[in-house]
Amino acid sequence: MTSASPILDIRNIEVVYNNTIQVLRGLSLSVPRGAVVALLGSNGAGKSTTLKAISRLLELERGELKSGDIVFDGQSVQSDTPHGLVRRGLFHVMEGRRVFEDLTVEENLTAATYANDITEAKKRFELVYEYFPRLYERRDGLAGYLSGGEQQMLAIGRALIANPEIILLDEPSLGLSPLFTEEIFGIIARINNEQGTSMLLVEQNAAMAFAVADYGYIMETGKIVLDGPTELLTNDADVQEFYLGMGGHDDEEHKSFRDIKHYKRRKRWLS
Amino acid sequence: MDWLFFSEIGLAGIGTGGLYAVAGLAFVLIYKATRVVNMAMGELLMAGAYIFIGFSAGLALPVWISIPLTILATGLLGGVIERTIIRPMLGENAISIFMVTIGLGSVLVGLVEIFWGADPHRLVDFIPSDPIFIGEAYLSPKVGYGFAVAAVIIGLFLVVFRTWRGGVALRATAGDQAAAYSMGINVPKVFSLVWVIAAMIAAIGGILVGSIGGVSPSMGVYGLSVLVVVIIGGLDSLLGALIAGIFVGLIETYAGAYLGGEYKMLATFSLLVLILVVRPYGLFGTHEIERL
Repeated sequence: MTSASPILDIRNIEVVYNNTIQVLRGLSLSVPRGAVVALLGSNGAGKSTTLKAISRLLELERGELKSGDIVFDGQSVQSDTPHGLVRRGLFHVMEGRRVFEDLTVEENLTAATYANDITEAKKRFELVYEYFPRLYERRDGLAGYLSGGEQQMLAIGRALIANPEIILLDEPSLGLSPLFTEEIFGIIARINNEQGTSMLLVEQNAAMAFAVADYGYIMETGKIVLDGPTELLTNDADVQEFYLGMGGHDDEEHKSFRDIKHYKRRKRWLS
Repeated sequence: MDWLFFSEIGLAGIGTGGLYAVAGLAFVLIYKATRVVNMAMGELLMAGAYIFIGFSAGLALPVWISIPLTILATGLLGGVIERTIIRPMLGENAISIFMVTIGLGSVLVGLVEIFWGADPHRLVDFIPSDPIFIGEAYLSPKVGYGFAVAAVIIGLFLVVFRTWRGGVALRATAGDQAAAYSMGINVPKVFSLVWVIAAMIAAIGGILVGSIGGVSPSMGVYGLSVLVVVIIGGLDSLLGALIAGIFVGLIETYAGAYLGGEYKMLATFSLLVLILVVRPYGLFGTHEIERL
């Protein structure tokens, strides 16, 4: 999919925390309009940092975009504020759900109406409750008392209220049971289909991510090491071995670190 | 027991309490949105009272013009304080910001002394002085009208916070700044707005308190009693500020009337210690939600 203008285009960005720790080293990726793009990588590769750089929440953590550019909908995000970007249609569902615990479920959704035209946003409450009937049942309860899965639903529900062009999803499966994970990913696919919302999906659960994504990027230590359509990636030997846990392609024996060739191959990935 | 005396003291106590509640409201507002414990609240009240002197006595404007001007000017002061002193401290730890507000209090006292000197002043008399009788009990008109204004302000805020969407934005900002940003809430604007509104309320409180007891640079000590009020009521509860304000006002005046003036502070601070032991988050404050 090489549509004329991607909704999100990241060009060669470098991000440094606290002026000392470089996390992203020349990372580039793009999300075509209407597509779901998965961004995979091991812990500490810089996936969450990438999302924060896009939504500009980086500055709250003393991170800084040193070079490169991030273009959302034809305009650089650098000229915008974090809340301004949300109003332009870029919604970041942060890692760990981050619901407002002392607010009720409904108030959590109300908070998200700031991202949208207010009358427009009010109409979308119905939609959220249709996607997540559970939230409707618990709408007057405090969000802090929801289960992890329900909180993730609420986090995605807030994004739906905002009706964005693109949702940045940071590990929606984090800490969820396999059943909930499946349900959440089903909803993600539905939102993409029915609302036409583009998504940039950060995941550890590669198999799940590939099930909904059209295109995938794999990053290691701050840059992209491999990318391609998901069908291609799923069949890639290295991806199968290191991300999908399916073992090597040529030899069936159990892998061991004594096997130096394997170790070197793995090191190239996970250094 | 003299019931008339008892009820008169009670009325005076409720009146004092109403003023505590207004000052507490300003305090709670700032804490609720920004998690800043503003130790300069009493000084902000004092600044408001002096600005009122500036307009009504200094420029000799009529009282009914001076009051709105004072409220606006103090609001502006609050906004300036937020932009220049509080905003750069965002993200620093709570103790640092706490210390900054203590410093701010001293700065305000210093500024006031430069302009108006250290001697106590009296505010222009503008509150009607006909005595108020409720049943047979006498109520000082200043305290009575002061309470009425306080009640209206607090009532207004309680309603607005339940119904207005901004109330949600404010609580969301208080709960999780980054998440509030990611909802499209203009967090810096929330901060500025809260300081401006709190300073405006402080101005009203300052004018009321000043017209009852006079104004002096040491008026900021009033902030200490307000701190007791908000800790008892719960730092983040508007309703708590109201109830604890009246409660503390009553305790204080009863202790003053029956035990002697020197027991006022003893009574309120003993109450504070008691509340902290039994309910550390105050009567109406939020407990942290612990998900098991």
